[in-house]
Amino acid sequence: MAIAQVPTRTTLASSWTALGALVRRDLLVLKKNFGEFVGRTLMQPLLLVFVFLYVFPKIGQGVGGGSRGATGGESAFATVLVPGVVAISIMFQGIQSVAVQLSQEFGFTREIEDRVGAPCPIWLVAVARVLSGAAQGLISAVIVFPIASVVHARGVQANLSFHWWIVVTLIPLTCVAMTSLGLLLGTSFEPRNIGLMFGFIVLPLVFLGGTYYQWTRLAPVEIGSFHWLQTLVLINPLIYVSEGMRAALTTTTHMHLYIIYPVVAGFGVIFMALGLRNFARRVLS
Amino acid sequence: MGTPASLATSDGHIIKTVDLSKTYPEMDVPAVDRLCLEVLPGEIFGLLGPNGAGKTTTAGMLTTRVVPSSGQAIVGSVDVIRHPSLVKQLIGVVSQQNTLDRSLTVRENLYYHGLLFGLGTRKSRQISDELLEKFHLANWGDKSVFALSGGMAQRLMVARAIFHSPAVLFLDEPTAGLDPQSRLALWEILEDLNSKGQTILLTTHYMEEADQLCNRVAIMDHGKILALDSPENLKKSLGASAVLTVRLDGEKKGFADLLEREIDGVTNCREIQGGLEAHVASPEKLLPKVISKAEAGGYSVLDIGLKEATLETVFINLTGKDLRD
Ligand SMILES: Nc1ncnc2c1ncn2[C@@H]1O[C@H](COP(=O)(O)OP(=O)(O)O)[C@@H](O)[C@H]1O
Ligand SMILES: [Mg+2]
Repeated sequence: MAIAQVPTRTTLASSWTALGALVRRDLLVLKKNFGEFVGRTLMQPLLLVFVFLYVFPKIGQGVGGGSRGATGGESAFATVLVPGVVAISIMFQGIQSVAVQLSQEFGFTREIEDRVGAPCPIWLVAVARVLSGAAQGLISAVIVFPIASVVHARGVQANLSFHWWIVVTLIPLTCVAMTSLGLLLGTSFEPRNIGLMFGFIVLPLVFLGGTYYQWTRLAPVEIGSFHWLQTLVLINPLIYVSEGMRAALTTTTHMHLYIIYPVVAGFGVIFMALGLRNFARRVLS
Repeated sequence: MGTPASLATSDGHIIKTVDLSKTYPEMDVPAVDRLCLEVLPGEIFGLLGPNGAGKTTTAGMLTTRVVPSSGQAIVGSVDVIRHPSLVKQLIGVVSQQNTLDRSLTVRENLYYHGLLFGLGTRKSRQISDELLEKFHLANWGDKSVFALSGGMAQRLMVARAIFHSPAVLFLDEPTAGLDPQSRLALWEILEDLNSKGQTILLTTHYMEEADQLCNRVAIMDHGKILALDSPENLKKSLGASAVLTVRLDGEKKGFADLLEREIDGVTNCREIQGGLEAHVASPEKLLPKVISKAEAGGYSVLDIGLKEATLETVFINLTGKDLRD
């Protein structure tokens, strides 16, 4: 093959094909590890709904219920929990498929090297990873939702109802925002500090992210008349995601959509911008 | 198709740098200091120097991974600083560590590299197969890259780097850590690629590698080029074609003076462990002369030897220190 001594393609053209190849590579790896992917995706949601919506009601410890038989409150809790579980699944996918992997590829394996040599701007390599991570988030939402909504004790029934236009707009937006969070975390933590990341960032996000409760119901946690918890958790992006999933999948009360959309998009933009900046800093010296 | 016009002229050079410098943040001395390099198409060009000389930094700047602090660099008529994405179309890079994609098979490592460079699925598949054959990896195509030995992994990295027919192939210390047999095999591969017109820039701290492979060598230390020429010319420039070593008992300084004074063409006489080392212009009938001078002067010679001057000799001559220090 003749060797070209000058570039033969525009940056735009070569970037476009590179982006396609980067995403295809990630999807191939997903396909190869699909079993593992499904297992990893389902484990946590399955355990959550099993314990909260099956075991607890069975042993008369149901959340939102009370005594055996009175399942109205337990069903209300199921209605809150199922969208919350979808929300954390999307977030975990972003962290697993982007943060954990990127951190390794930057760290001891240096696998990132060949990809950042692609004939495109360096930031595009990170964007490609966010896109394929978002696709994985979508897939996990699709497989988690039915499982989460069928595992429960008799009589405990999440009251679900699809709001299609919210589902098809908010879920993809959420997936991109959460994988952008993954990009930010993955480019901020060395592989040996991944444990710290889970302990000090991921866990607080999850437990204070409105997966197990509605933000609108937090008002009673107060000092004086200051609803400190309800105010504090507003810095947690997962709150908006959980509330958004409630808006998309149930008829229960939730934060206003005109807050959810711009805030999720805003967090996404901030995470992406900081993540891309970190990415470029780690690649270039 | 609108490829940007070529920038400052590289006048026939495929790589040209002008005062290219890099000072890393929080370092007070530059890692690369006003480097001026010109590499011709079709050359194997070597950057030879000890650890910390600035070889990787230089290669990093030319391959868009290290942002220069000042100066200019052009690769294949593209300004590296202004158009890094365009430069990446023109270069193939084999870095110091193993950077193969662990999630992919050997063949997929090649195939996806082809897609990355826009070669299309059919062409990428075809070139992957050709390269697997050519680099003796055909039996390993469907294996995980974990199954490869160090030498095979290195071959695969070279195959991947030339997949898209780059104008320049960069290799950073390509044989560091390889066993001697794999090293020879890689040299053969590089020579073969070069015979078909591949321009290669490699860094190394093995003087044999530079000597054997390179058309021209830049000897680097502390971020600067100390000498730049073909290995033959570099050695000739020493004014010495061989290195004389003499082991002897007793006082060495006097004998060194005696040798330099009495035998034509003996220079750079210096003490080494247990004896002397000197550069000699011509080894013709030298040894008998040295021995008779020694006897006449009352020195007892234990051992005497001649070896060819190497790039290491050149390096010692330039810096007063060993390449391996
Ligand atoms: N990322 C970096 N940050 C700070 N200093 C660096 C970095 N990389 C290299 N250096 C320093 O720059 C100098 C040249 O290093 P390098 O180019 O790696 O040399 P070589 O490849 O010849 O061994 C060394 O002193 C090294 O410590
Ligand atoms: Mg180096």
